[in-house]
Amino acid sequence: MSFLNAADMTGGYGKADILHGCTLSVEKGEIAVIVGPNGAGKSTAMKAVFGMLPLRGGSVTFDGEDITALTPQQRVRKGMGFVPQVNNVFPTMTVEENLEMGAFIRTDDFSHTIAQVYDLFPILKEKRRQNAGELSGGQRQQVAVGRALMTRPSLLMLDEPTAGVSPIVMDELFDRIIEVARAGISILMVEQNARQALEIADKGYVLVQGANRYTDTGEALLADPEVRRTFLGG
Amino acid sequence: MDVINALVAITNYVIIPATAYGAQLALGALGVTLVYSILRFSNFAQGDTMAFGTGVVILITWGFQAMGISFGPLPTALLALPFGIVITAALLLGTDRVVYRYYRVTRASPVVMVMVSVGVMFVMNALTRFLIGVDQINFDDGARFVINARQWREMTGLSEPLTLRSTQLITVITALIVMVALFWFLNRTRTGKSMRAFSDNEDLALLSGIDPQRVVTVTWIITGALATIAGTLYGLDKSFKAFTYFQILLPIFASAVVGGIGSPVGAVVGGFIISFSEVGLTYAWKKVATYLIPGWEPEGLVQLLSTDYKYAVSFTILILVLIFRPTGLFRGKVV
Amino acid sequence: MSASRQPGETSALRAPLFFAVLALLLVIEGVTSGWNSALGILNMGLLSAIMALGVNLQWGYAGLFNAGAMGFLALGGIAPVLISMPPTPGAFRAGGMGLIAAFAVAIIALILAAQVWRKLRIRGRGLLVTLILIVGFFAYRGLFDPAVAAIEAINPSAAGNLGGLGLPTLVSWPVGALMAAGAAWLVGKTALGLRSDYLAIATLGIAEILVAILKNEQWLDRGVLNVNGIPRPWPVPYEIDLQNSASFVKMAQGWGMDPVLASTLLVKLAFLVLFLIVVLLLIWASQMALKSPWGRMMRAIRDNEVSAAAMGKNVTRRHLQIFVLGSAVIGLAGAMMISLDGQMTPSSYNPLRYTFLILVMVIIGGSGNNWGAALGGVLIWYLWVKAGDWGPDIMTMIAAPFPDGGLKEHLVDSAAHMRMLVMGVLLLLVLRFSPRGLLPEK
Repeated sequence: MSFLNAADMTGGYGKADILHGCTLSVEKGEIAVIVGPNGAGKSTAMKAVFGMLPLRGGSVTFDGEDITALTPQQRVRKGMGFVPQVNNVFPTMTVEENLEMGAFIRTDDFSHTIAQVYDLFPILKEKRRQNAGELSGGQRQQVAVGRALMTRPSLLMLDEPTAGVSPIVMDELFDRIIEVARAGISILMVEQNARQALEIADKGYVLVQGANRYTDTGEALLADPEVRRTFLGG
Repeated sequence: MDVINALVAITNYVIIPATAYGAQLALGALGVTLVYSILRFSNFAQGDTMAFGTGVVILITWGFQAMGISFGPLPTALLALPFGIVITAALLLGTDRVVYRYYRVTRASPVVMVMVSVGVMFVMNALTRFLIGVDQINFDDGARFVINARQWREMTGLSEPLTLRSTQLITVITALIVMVALFWFLNRTRTGKSMRAFSDNEDLALLSGIDPQRVVTVTWIITGALATIAGTLYGLDKSFKAFTYFQILLPIFASAVVGGIGSPVGAVVGGFIISFSEVGLTYAWKKVATYLIPGWEPEGLVQLLSTDYKYAVSFTILILVLIFRPTGLFRGKVV
Repeated sequence: MSASRQPGETSALRAPLFFAVLALLLVIEGVTSGWNSALGILNMGLLSAIMALGVNLQWGYAGLFNAGAMGFLALGGIAPVLISMPPTPGAFRAGGMGLIAAFAVAIIALILAAQVWRKLRIRGRGLLVTLILIVGFFAYRGLFDPAVAAIEAINPSAAGNLGGLGLPTLVSWPVGALMAAGAAWLVGKTALGLRSDYLAIATLGIAEILVAILKNEQWLDRGVLNVNGIPRPWPVPYEIDLQNSASFVKMAQGWGMDPVLASTLLVKLAFLVLFLIVVLLLIWASQMALKSPWGRMMRAIRDNEVSAAAMGKNVTRRHLQIFVLGSAVIGLAGAMMISLDGQMTPSSYNPLRYTFLILVMVIIGGSGNNWGAALGGVLIWYLWVKAGDWGPDIMTMIAAPFPDGGLKEHLVDSAAHMRMLVMGVLLLLVLRFSPRGLLPEK
């Protein structure tokens, strides 16, 4: 049994289903990346795993426990962290306050976790008194990831963390994500920049129309000529 | 000497009254802005909430007076204030439970929420009138003046009088305490920060485990406290009349919008901008002009605007802000 | 109240049924309290229906919240004073030119300031604009104050104002509509296109100011001294003329009626016919507009502003159109109301009665449905009047078990506020449980 196992997820927002039997699984400390064309249901699959989409079929188990019926808030308490694609910081609050809000459900002393986040993203320590809304795009993404790490999750889910940032910042962010994974935190991530994301991925999922098309290691997918031709632009 | 007299006159007729009035507006606007940031609608019932809270305070004040309890040189109403706050906050929480919660759960559009607040306004309006009637009520007791005209003359020997009424001083001090406490709460406490987070980004706040019901509850309690305090201070400073509290809604909204609706600092600054403009433009400057320009005796009152048009000042400022900077001075929220 | 939420589910009999109930209520009123009272309620109810039709254009068709209907109503009401009253002898000669010059200066200064702000891209233009406005203001006051003083000095106990043009009263009705439309254009131009509740705040403000102007500008409408004896619209007769007419007295006696009562009834009936014609014309026009492509687009914008804007509709412009139109209808009602009353009493404008009660009428009647708005107008007006009558009776009953004294007195006195409570609770109940109102939009 995998650490996270989302099996056969089917469902959507209105009458029409977006996901058709989509299956995702992540092992402990592993980076799993979801790629696919626009409208393939990548973000929707992520939301389904996090409980933000009502499922008609399928189940989600996490750390050996069935969490299909839990709300997103309850999943956070179980150890899932989620970084939405947009609106993922509190813009008129300082960087440090953003991190504090990330730790809102914790009743113990979380100053150590804040220090860890600052170690991971040194620039945030410098800007700790600045409002998150005044930061650059890349820095804001760091705040967003840092906020999600404040609950010390065992699974971190990132919805297109590199959307709208420069290639240099993207590489930097991917490095940090690898660092997070090395600390034993599983990563599930949706990415537009498929090639770069698969390079760091232990496991890759190619979704098309809400269903799994290819599932393999990142390396193998990058090597697969069919995947390269259809999804990675040659 | 004349320059000093002119300054005294300006202080006496403009600065002191405008500061007291500005503090009252700022407290009212803080209530509007808080409801706006957390519940996301312009609360048309704010004026009548102030009236209700003040009505309760007046009734309790009368009770205390009948029992022979007084607060020394301070108005008895200050003793009654905490009780008024509790009752008003309870009313607001009840209103939220019975009325507003449904629309929050169904995610009604802001304009529907505004319309709902109009319904609440009607009900509160009636409640206040049931409670205390429509007449003008003076409930200020205790010492009248901190400095009266005679003391001032003996102290300084100036011909121009200056008076400082105790209600004006109490208003400013109370408002200052309340604002410091509120800003401390919002910026330093966990609950306060969670409210700001909720206002900034509701979805992310929910993801972070912030309980929306708790945020809303705290918001209504604070709004009740702010409304009761603002209303009581206004009533002590001027007098209580239910309809006046409906009319004060316009300068309060103007204060909130000028500062940037949703921004607490903006609400405070907006309150003073509105009050100083209103008092400054409706003050008859004849006396000051006579002091400052020797040998010139103006014919009229040198009053830019008749006091009957004081609301026009709020309105004009409001319109100018809407044209040139709709987000307000402090970049409030625009949903 | 059975709330039907899906369009098309409403029975075709629903509207006639409600109007029949309304008619029955008025007949009962006529039989029990006299036809004079019933006709009085109906006439004012029809005026309320016109106001409700105006507000329905804004709220029902377009979802715009006008929190200042009172202001447009009051502004429309000034039209009969300025159009149909006889001019005050000598007033125009004394100050008319001064007033015109003062307003010209004010307008020139405003236009100049706006042009400078828009066209000049230099440093310090803010200062320049401020300077223009300050100089303009003092020039305006320099011309305005003596002119006003001169006008107000003329026969202050009976006139002291400019008076009107002495034209027929019917002319003043469209003029009232035009005046309200002008003010609405100014407000809408600034407040529309921003957050939805900014319009509500701005209209709340303009209403307070318009009423303040009516209360304070004596040269215009004698302020709180009121203007009396505003001529009635053609063909409504005067009671006293009827009573002095031998043929009318004979006719009344022929019907077995007291000539005095007959004359008041006839006058009210004449107003009724006039008002009914206007109401029906307005409903017809509104219905035509609603069914036209313009009306369909308006509702599409209301239901989904974002997608309408995405389809290239200029939402703000459409909103401005309908806001101005709705305000014009409210202004028309304002002018008609002053002709009915025969006097202008600025202190009687109360926002609860003339702004928020109208909203209650529209929402309870059925937002977006013109027949609903008209029904709501008459029905809610009837309830408002009757709640004022019933309130004290009910309160006296409730207070009966209590011993005479402060509490009992307080309870009975507070009955007057009962209708405020009734209206608030009604509005909240309808919004919550039957948001589409008595006659839902089709």
